[in-house]
Amino acid sequence: MKDSPHNSATRGGFNRREFLRGSGAAAAATALATGTSAVADAAEADTIPLYGPGLTKIKLNVNGQDREVQVEPRMSLLEVLRHQLQLTGAKPVSIDGSSGASTVWVDDAPVSANTVLALTCVGRKVRTVESLGGSKPDAVPMAFVHEDGMQCGFCTPGFVVAVRAFLDKYPGASEAQIREGLNGNLCRCGTYANVILAALEVVKGGARG
Amino acid sequence: MAEYSWPKQGTAVLLGTEQDRIDGLEKATGAAKYSYDVVLDRMLIAKVLGCPHAHCKVKSIDVTAAKAIPGVVSIHLFIDPKDAKKSEIKWQGDPIACVAAETEGAAAEGVAALVVTYEVLEHFVTEEFLAAAERAGRVGKAGVNVELENEPGENEDEDAFVEKELKRLYDESAAVVEGYYGIQAITHMCLEPHGSTCAWQGDKLTAHLSTQSVSGTAGQFASPLSMTADDVTVHCDFIGGGFGSKFQADEWGVACAKIAKETGRPVKLMLDRDLELKVAGCRPSGFVKVKVGADKEGVVKVWDSQQWGTGGDKGAAVDEKQIPYVFNPPNRRRSAVRISTNTGPTRAWRAPNHPQACAISQTAYDDVAAKLGIDSYDVFLRNLPSVSNKKADVYAAEMEIAAKLMDWKAKWHPHGKGAAEGSIVTGLGMALHTWGGGAVAGSCLVKVHPDGGVETFAGSQDLGTGTRTVMAMVVAETFGLPIPAIKVNIGSSKYPQANPSGGSITVGSVSETHRRASQDALEKIKALVAEKLGVEAASLVARDGRIYTDGSPDKGVTWAQACSLLGMSALEVRGEYAPSRQQSPLSSSGVGGVQMAEVAVDRNTGLVRMKKFVAVQDIGLVINRQTAKSQIYGGVIMGIAYSLFEERIMDAGTGAFLNAQIADYRLPRLGDIGEIVVEFYEPESEYNRGVIGLGEPPVISPGAAISNAVANALGVRVPVLPITPMRVLDALESATKPA
Repeated sequence: MKDSPHNSATRGGFNRREFLRGSGAAAAATALATGTSAVADAAEADTIPLYGPGLTKIKLNVNGQDREVQVEPRMSLLEVLRHQLQLTGAKPVSIDGSSGASTVWVDDAPVSANTVLALTCVGRKVRTVESLGGSKPDAVPMAFVHEDGMQCGFCTPGFVVAVRAFLDKYPGASEAQIREGLNGNLCRCGTYANVILAALEVVKGGARG
Repeated sequence: MAEYSWPKQGTAVLLGTEQDRIDGLEKATGAAKYSYDVVLDRMLIAKVLGCPHAHCKVKSIDVTAAKAIPGVVSIHLFIDPKDAKKSEIKWQGDPIACVAAETEGAAAEGVAALVVTYEVLEHFVTEEFLAAAERAGRVGKAGVNVELENEPGENEDEDAFVEKELKRLYDESAAVVEGYYGIQAITHMCLEPHGSTCAWQGDKLTAHLSTQSVSGTAGQFASPLSMTADDVTVHCDFIGGGFGSKFQADEWGVACAKIAKETGRPVKLMLDRDLELKVAGCRPSGFVKVKVGADKEGVVKVWDSQQWGTGGDKGAAVDEKQIPYVFNPPNRRRSAVRISTNTGPTRAWRAPNHPQACAISQTAYDDVAAKLGIDSYDVFLRNLPSVSNKKADVYAAEMEIAAKLMDWKAKWHPHGKGAAEGSIVTGLGMALHTWGGGAVAGSCLVKVHPDGGVETFAGSQDLGTGTRTVMAMVVAETFGLPIPAIKVNIGSSKYPQANPSGGSITVGSVSETHRRASQDALEKIKALVAEKLGVEAASLVARDGRIYTDGSPDKGVTWAQACSLLGMSALEVRGEYAPSRQQSPLSSSGVGGVQMAEVAVDRNTGLVRMKKFVAVQDIGLVINRQTAKSQIYGGVIMGIAYSLFEERIMDAGTGAFLNAQIADYRLPRLGDIGEIVVEFYEPESEYNRGVIGLGEPPVISPGAAISNAVANALGVRVPVLPITPMRVLDALESATKPA
């Protein structure tokens, strides 16, 4: 933990994580790759190790396991999950996270994996939709199946994570709260009506079987 | 050969029940692998440079700097600047070149480093105002269609007669409505963009293509690669949306295969979001000026319309003969012109042209009701005798059901005369639609192993319909087995040739082939069982995992015992279906459908909110009630999208597509859909028609239904869809201006 780029990065004069979040991954990626912007200026130069532009070997904790990956500073968490760890549940749909299709947890907070740089996830716990599957699937994906909260299914993994995160925070959510609180995910096929039913089913005590 | 049939209504075990989709958990937990998800060893990522201009000539492409970017491996050009004809680009985003690299970042950097020079040419991208299109010389020749009850006298000038006759009909009308209606172009916005992952083994190509046509795309790769289709395998286990736009390998698919061959490495090429919206499919716009004449009951007697729209450079627009939609008033003159614009080409969009035709004509019918002060329901009902598909009775029955579910009679008020709550007014609107949805030719293979295992193979795909589950249900119903006993294999062009998925043909087509194959297979197995038991084969039934003499379940064998009679080798039966003039006992074509919308409109902000939506639909025999309902929910929500939210916004000055990103291209979210009620109309007469597809019908009516509801709320027509707050406020403002 101590020597992780994440920890180093947050020791500087301002919180770099907040900066990265605010400016978007694309701008941050350029900044890191070229090493010329505010991020790497003198004020922080002694506290922030510079990475890249080539590959750096790092360890990511994903779904409870430490996984070794090789990343460029500009690589998003989504790209690394999909291309290096074969975790393709999170999908690339928007450039700025506005579809919610790449939603994963980083340290228990739902984020769009395409707006997070992989390097900033060192020392943090990443959890993906795949953690809700396996031999004993979570109640949320089960409810999505039972209520048919899917059609083509491309938005579904992101929606499943969003619903799980939302209900973890508001386990007794009403239908009105569900309609109000799950607007960060986009579906084109029109599964919203059944997603609402799926979320309600989980609130009421899990998937019918 | 068996005599093909379905169980009588009410006797099926599985058909018509609600069943979870068999691949649902894979989709919900991220295990399902879409074309975008295929990750192969040493795979390169390719990204496309789209043209920034709406109309130009590409003068030169310099790849030197791009090649020097670390990680860039190969560059492919779609355009040859030396070829005068092929260097002209007619819409923004048209592919110019693509760069294949080790990572997404390197590919993007490579694309940014391409140096292209252009000769910019004059563009035209906004077709809503016909006069502007005329000034720009972009209006094509008009198609005109005239049908009148009376005929001109001998030697009478035909044009003069038509004018005279129309004038007479309008003079005799109790109400004449003159209106303008329109609907903007929209894109397909597949969440999984178009593209593929291509890999070669020697001279054989495997293309993991995001496609609605697994069986129909191998040749599209083979021909430009100078090979034959037998050396191409198209593979697609899951597709992330198509809606009519994914029937082609596309030039970028072929480029992906070429780069893979040239580099000796697998390549993934998926379009970036902005290019997906700009070049990979859109739906034509449609605008119309209408004059309608009706009698005092609201029955339309005469219709005269001039229509225009664009399908891009040369794509098809809405045909003049498609309006007024479903209704065929006795006297009609309809013309349409196509406007050529520098915008991406159209592709079939769910129920091609029906939603636009409905939205720009059934709105005029509702304005007849408004003008006469009659309940819109009654005007639609009284015009049913003129419907073009002989379904007046079906519509009438569906209207009655829908009205009950909506509580129409209690809620309806004359247009603009409802009670307001502050600045909020509410209103009701309805519309009705028609579609085919018949099965197309195809085949499948059903394989029964001697140990009782059952698997099926078909080169079909699951567009979101739940194709696998439908196939499993049909076979399981026939064999008397539980659904999990059937292993379904789809998604490979090496499987028996099957239907593309478009036009609502999938469920009918796969039900035809799978029912035929499994009925034939069962007949063979029954013959073996009959011989063993010494009974008539005709007396045997397959149910509850057994084959037994009807009426005495203990006089029989288990499924596994029955299959063991096959001996050493599995029984393979092909199911073939080809439509013919003879009506199939298993499937039909042609549905109606009625929808009603209730909206709330804020007169101060112009914001429209969905309150309630009712969809009543006939679809013949329902296979999986769960996924069938989902299709209707989906159609309605896509309808809400184009009615209130989405449109392609083109900038007249620059020719640019302004909102080609998810954040800018507005679509409804979960909180925007209101309450949706879905009901099937399925008397025995409909059930006995067999299976009919369902994807298209429910997406057709929402435009007119919602527009009519807004008009009912406000007492003012908001003429153009989508009904955004700005358009509502504009309509309210122009309604208060003195004429």
